[in-house]
Amino acid sequence: MKATVKVRLKNGILDPQGLTVKNALIHLGFKNMKNVRIGKLIELEIENTKTEEAKKIIEDACKKLLSNPVIEDYIYEISEE
Amino acid sequence: MRFGVVVFPGSNCDHDMYYALKKITGSKVDFIWHRESSLNEFDAVVLPGGFSYGDYLRAGAIARFSPILNEITRFVDKGKLVLGICNGFQVLTETGLLPGALMRNQDLRFICKHVYIRSENVSTTFTNVLNKRQVLSIPIAHGEGNYFIDEDGLKQIQDNNQIVFRYCDPSGDLLDTFNPNGSSDYIAGVINKKGNVLGMMPHPERAVEKILGSDDGRLILESIIS
Repeated sequence: MKATVKVRLKNGILDPQGLTVKNALIHLGFKNMKNVRIGKLIELEIENTKTEEAKKIIEDACKKLLSNPVIEDYIYEISEE
Repeated sequence: MRFGVVVFPGSNCDHDMYYALKKITGSKVDFIWHRESSLNEFDAVVLPGGFSYGDYLRAGAIARFSPILNEITRFVDKGKLVLGICNGFQVLTETGLLPGALMRNQDLRFICKHVYIRSENVSTTFTNVLNKRQVLSIPIAHGEGNYFIDEDGLKQIQDNNQIVFRYCDPSGDLLDTFNPNGSSDYIAGVINKKGNVLGMMPHPERAVEKILGSDDGRLILESIIS
């Protein structure tokens, strides 16, 4: 089982890294760049699990370690392989 | 009083803290490796600055699962003292022992310089020899010290008098130009509700002798033993 987790800063939380990249893009001529937010993409491979069980494991991992609930949200996708 | 300084892989202010505690408090100080699981002989534990686990994922996020952290949570429940400096503060917010989170500095730069902070709550065990609104010159050295807390959380820590230090100008006024990292409400240090866990980004252990540019950091260590 493979999973892709995206961890992003919550809406409304200032992302200075995204802002800097946005300004750089505008400077490069991408004039329409309205907003840039930067997050993390985490790929997981999980052994010997069925989808339902994998979801529980991923949720648990996201809450305990992969995201900080004070400032971040997460979403994930699972693919059978 | 007996102090322990926790050492994680990547801690780099542990020896400075050991030296400062020994010199200023005259107490017995020991290093505690992060895989240890007993704190029975200690009265106060310091989580020092550094880059535990290379700051991978988020600063403090992995150190938070070191075996010693379970013991520190029990230690805190017993009312013993915990002081987290810089990376130690990040570990304490990740663990949930302190509210809020420490994010990337607003201007994205790693900042290493002396800053001014003022005491906001001088009735804590860590600040009781300070005067209210006393201005201290203490260095910071971090890339992720931008304290964030949501509006409700901020109101709570304000109402409970949990903000212990704020960044300020040399005369003690709160000005955005003297808030080095963009922290909410100029916050440089917060304490838990119970009053036995303090986290702060500035490094008092780097300001314990005049030759270091300031010895204001002594006052925080002296408070602990007074």
